[in-house]
Amino acid sequence: MTTLEVRDVSVERSGRMILSQSSITTQTGELVALVGPNGSGKSTLLRVMAGVWQANAGSVLLGGQTLSSKSRHEVARRIALVPQDTHVDFDFTVGEIVSMGRYPHRRRFEAETAVDRKAVQAAARHCDIVDLLDRSISTLSGGERQRALIARSLAVQPEFILLDEPTASLDIEHTLEVMELSQSLVSAGHSVILATHDLNLAFRYATRIALLHSGRIVSNGPPNEVLMTDSLDKTFNVHAERIKTGTDSYIFNFFSDRKNSRFN
Amino acid sequence: MADNQLNLASSPRTHGRKYSRFPLPLFYGILLPLLLLVVLAGIGIGSTSIPWSIILRVAGAKLLPHHLTTSLTVSRSDEVIIWLIRVPRVIVAFFVGAGLATAGVIMQGLFRNPLAEPGIVGAGAGAVLGGVIAFVAGWSAKTAVMLPLFAMLGALVALGLVYLMATRGGITPAATLLLSGIATSALLGAISSLLLSINIINWQVAQEIVFWMMGGLDARSWTHVWLCAPFVLLGLGASMIQTRELDLLQLGEETAASLGVDVESSKRMLTLTAAVVTGAAIAVAGMVGFVGLIIPHAMRLILGPANRALLLASALSGGGFLVLCDIIARTIHPPTEIRLGIVTALFGGPLFIFLLLRQYRRGAAE
Repeated sequence: MTTLEVRDVSVERSGRMILSQSSITTQTGELVALVGPNGSGKSTLLRVMAGVWQANAGSVLLGGQTLSSKSRHEVARRIALVPQDTHVDFDFTVGEIVSMGRYPHRRRFEAETAVDRKAVQAAARHCDIVDLLDRSISTLSGGERQRALIARSLAVQPEFILLDEPTASLDIEHTLEVMELSQSLVSAGHSVILATHDLNLAFRYATRIALLHSGRIVSNGPPNEVLMTDSLDKTFNVHAERIKTGTDSYIFNFFSDRKNSRFN
Repeated sequence: MADNQLNLASSPRTHGRKYSRFPLPLFYGILLPLLLLVVLAGIGIGSTSIPWSIILRVAGAKLLPHHLTTSLTVSRSDEVIIWLIRVPRVIVAFFVGAGLATAGVIMQGLFRNPLAEPGIVGAGAGAVLGGVIAFVAGWSAKTAVMLPLFAMLGALVALGLVYLMATRGGITPAATLLLSGIATSALLGAISSLLLSINIINWQVAQEIVFWMMGGLDARSWTHVWLCAPFVLLGLGASMIQTRELDLLQLGEETAASLGVDVESSKRMLTLTAAVVTGAAIAVAGMVGFVGLIIPHAMRLILGPANRALLLASALSGGGFLVLCDIIARTIHPPTEIRLGIVTALFGGPLFIFLLLRQYRRGAAE
């Protein structure tokens, strides 16, 4: 079992602290949901965990060793990131996009090997996009595109898959599809860390939730313990309601605090 | 009521069709013979028309070992026209076209924009200003090497300036690079125009500057071949090494970085490559527009966006295209030569519109 540990990490951009002294440890076999208001540092945390952004202070450790001590390609082989911006400007086929996940495994000038093709096929099968491999990425629907991009990250064969708001702009059916896909990746032995705004989804699918507020992780633990109404009230500046729907299952409802509404 | 019910069962889950591309062997099977034809035509057609048999005889006499060619009789005037005037001109045209198309592929990929062109990071305007300075100072009259040298220098200085402006803390965002490139191009273009205005009284210098700003290949010699070809070949080689990084950058810088690409170093290498090639092309042919824009775009429509196939195909077609444009430039209105930049624009503009319309129609059909 491998761990990915963020230790006292702070990130500053343009003179503003966007993540401060945050620590979180995840391990393979977990589905961790990062939740929090806009600008709370979810995407930044994912970028730092993937080694895409450098922390100004603190360190990120993969299997006990800092990311900075490893080569770019090794980090890329073990941690995959699907950013929120999924726009592809040119008409690549889905197959070409998924194959790009093999980049960190291939040396310069090295042709695609049987292992690469196998990994691409396996990733396509897992994400149910085999029929789409010859299609242009620009002709896919939102749900198909997200599955294709997750397949690209899966073709890397990483231990950790980081998804930045994978269900943003998807309808209910495709949102559930992506969450079920994430769950199946965890069953297959990967760890999935995803940022989301949907607390009901996070509660239902995540094994652990980290609640972020103003660049800090304010709470981190089992969904049942993290998503408490008082902390949600404070973090999101709303009135949260937690409705019991069964043993250990809840749905969440939110109301704006009418007295504080700026439109009254 | 039944009419109001949505028929969900029959609504298609996916749309569109399989994406077809031109097979690469067939593409080269058509392109290479066409290329040979255009090159031979470029050598044969001109104020003095030369039959192909003589072209081949001169080529044989020049390229084959001496003992094999003693039987080949070629008149001195044919040899001069072919070997010292037409051949270098065609080769320069080919390498300028190839270079501009290569730089176009790089820039369009780097900026994730099919409308980006080789001069977008200031290299084009820098090369022009470098050349204009060489003209105005009178250095270009001293030796043929001065003008290309200054153009090349101008391209590199402009790129350096643009990079300096756009970089903060070791990071150069593509959008900032683009904007500072456009701003710098505008400024350097203005300085070129200013130098031209000041020197308008000296009509000989002014005419040379105007001709150069419109692009042209008259009186190109073997010196110009050696000034341009090595840089274009070097640039093509350097960009071929980086095609996978260029592909990944088109998924966005974050995705590329997460897959292990050193994004900043790749961007630096690719912009430098494009600037050197653009500088080398403009240095020997002046400002020739449209090639770097339409050739990569057309090739992408035919072969798809994967840069490994795209780069070589664009370089070869760009070369062929410019040789063809040069034939038109020198034959359409004899004895005057139309400026090359005008021909590429007249020829390239409508082709570009046609390609765009075809793409939109296809998009609408889907």
